[in-house]
Amino acid sequence: MARRGSAIRKTLLFVLALVAAAAAWELYKAIGPEDGGSILGWKLLPRANDVSMPHVWDVSARLLDDESRTSKRPIWRVVLSGAWYSFRLALLGFLVGTAVGVALATVMARFGIVKRGLLPYLVISQTVPMIALAPLVVSWGGKLHLGSWEWPKWLSVAVLGAFLAFFPVAVGTLRGLESASATSIELMRSFAASGVQTMRKLRFPSAVPFVVPALRLAAAASVIGVVVAEISTGLRGGIGRLIIEYARQASGDPPKVYAAVVGAAVLGLAMAGLVTVFDLVMMRRRPPAEELT
Amino acid sequence: MRHRSKAIAAVVAGLTLIAASCGDDDAETDETTPAGSDAPGTTMAPGTTMAPGTTMAPGTTMVPGTTMVPGTTMAPGTSAPEVTSTPGTGEQVECEGRDPVTLQLQWFVQAQFGGYFAAVDQGYYEDMCLDVSIAEGGVDIVPQQQLADGEADFAIAWVPKALQTREQGADIVDIAQIFQRSGTLQVSFKDAGITSPEDFAGQRIGNWGFGNEYEIFAALAQAELDPASDVELVQQQFDMLGLLQGDIDAAEAMTYNEYAQVLEADNPDTGELYTADDLNVVSYEDAGVGMLQDALWADAGRLESDEAYRDIAVRFVAASIQGWAYCRDDPESCRDIVVAAGSQLGDSHQLWQMNEVNKLIWPAENGIGMIDADAWNRTVEIAQNTPNLEDATVLSEAPGDDAYTNDIVTDAMALLGDSVDVTGSDFAPIEVTLEAGGA
Repeated sequence: MARRGSAIRKTLLFVLALVAAAAAWELYKAIGPEDGGSILGWKLLPRANDVSMPHVWDVSARLLDDESRTSKRPIWRVVLSGAWYSFRLALLGFLVGTAVGVALATVMARFGIVKRGLLPYLVISQTVPMIALAPLVVSWGGKLHLGSWEWPKWLSVAVLGAFLAFFPVAVGTLRGLESASATSIELMRSFAASGVQTMRKLRFPSAVPFVVPALRLAAAASVIGVVVAEISTGLRGGIGRLIIEYARQASGDPPKVYAAVVGAAVLGLAMAGLVTVFDLVMMRRRPPAEELT
Repeated sequence: MRHRSKAIAAVVAGLTLIAASCGDDDAETDETTPAGSDAPGTTMAPGTTMAPGTTMAPGTTMVPGTTMVPGTTMAPGTSAPEVTSTPGTGEQVECEGRDPVTLQLQWFVQAQFGGYFAAVDQGYYEDMCLDVSIAEGGVDIVPQQQLADGEADFAIAWVPKALQTREQGADIVDIAQIFQRSGTLQVSFKDAGITSPEDFAGQRIGNWGFGNEYEIFAALAQAELDPASDVELVQQQFDMLGLLQGDIDAAEAMTYNEYAQVLEADNPDTGELYTADDLNVVSYEDAGVGMLQDALWADAGRLESDEAYRDIAVRFVAASIQGWAYCRDDPESCRDIVVAAGSQLGDSHQLWQMNEVNKLIWPAENGIGMIDADAWNRTVEIAQNTPNLEDATVLSEAPGDDAYTNDIVTDAMALLGDSVDVTGSDFAPIEVTLEAGGA
């Protein structure tokens, strides 16, 4: 297996994809209608002018500029530190969400009655709009005390990330835990394996290929949850807050808004990369599987 | 695998964009006090006199050096801070502990709230034996609701919106009307020729909706225009892109925020920034349909039953007045304080905002914070009787006399004595030059 070669190839392709995306952006800017366009009476085509779609190089250049005349920090550093702050919240949300999701899935896989009772509520939980939930969860801040410890606002934001993240994990893991073939389960039974043993030796390993894509969804969901919750609650420090702060300068300084959005994309990439690493670690001893994931 | 991660990254990027734009236009919640600035404002013609039976002259003397205990009775259990010396004179004060106070803003740190940040920075709250922490707002944070829920001790909110929350059961009261005038404008390009509400006829009129549109409807009614047929009302985001891109003929804007955003944008025809000469502005304050905006709200029940809270309120309002007076006298320094407090808006934009906010406060004929009965009544009248397109009014009935009180601000001014100019009768705004993007 030419590991190094494939790593270089992947990196190259990744860079190529970025360039292609930038090229597509610029291409549309070049040929798209300045003031937007309609298809069959629907306003579908986005505006290609500099306010709506600033040039890629303008956005890149803006990243290098200072944030303002008083704050001498370049924008890329502000954006990166915002992304890093949000990343930690999203990671916490992702881990909590994953733990809760796997736990729920395990209980559901073990006890059919729990599954029948609980699953519909999990689905319902995801239909609750984030913006309705956010102020409620945020109001825990300052209300919940454990001894001298007070529930901080940032934890609410992480909880909202976890709230979006646990669902795909629960559903994916459940599906995975149930994926062990009947013959394998019968085999375990013939060995007089206990329920716990069957879980550990058979069900969990066979669930991994289902869990990994679920984790990918969860990673993306936790990022979205954190970013939206930051915007909703105005939590200072993260990329969501930065986006909305910069968005207020959208009419005068459009590239700055996109600079912040780039930060959000980097954050998403970092989370996705994390799951990829997990995937590589978990699947390292498996035969290259064509049909899995 | 890499395809998937790219796809996810794309989705995340896309969704954050969506999220950002949603947050930006506050489109999700109607209670939201948008862009801090953008809650509906009220009717208060400049120059209206406020005269609600105030006996307090901002010249009441207070002998320096006297030991003054603001709020005589203290609920048992609360720390009883005593102010020894005259506050506001910069003398050393001795406090027996400071009362913790949380102030809930409508929005992020910006010059709109400059006076409070100045009061923190300059130690005015400390001098009043208060330990004030300022909580920023967010897209889904409703300040008056935070107050009613006990999350904050005081909140800043626009009068109509707070009255709406009050009507829905929140026990809150306006204790100081900091902004004496409405800062809402309708901004259009010169060539559209919109110089008064009468000219709205046949035009695309941008409005923020979510309760921010009532001044527009009041102006339309005054101009005898039918909002349903005579004008085209366009839902506007909380920015000026609609106007700049030609979707809207006249866009709703706050003097201290969105209007500046236009002046910070490039005019593609000249390659330079737009100037005030390129624009026509209709001021709802001047049109006589302004509604009262930023006010300090307190918990009415606590004010009634808790002497200590009432005393804190008096001291809090007094120190806040000092802060606003500081911002009036030194807008640049106040801007720097706001920037240091963590505002991410550009410097020139921030100074513009400071200056425009000063214009909404000063001169304050009866003293900053005094609630003028005429302006209040006009606000209530519009909130009650002007339906929007959905035929909804802000209020279904009059809020009653206990929705505001001048007692606190009267006591606060007595506490300040003549150490602070609370009317700012010789106030003169400064000239601010906006830079591209507000930098």
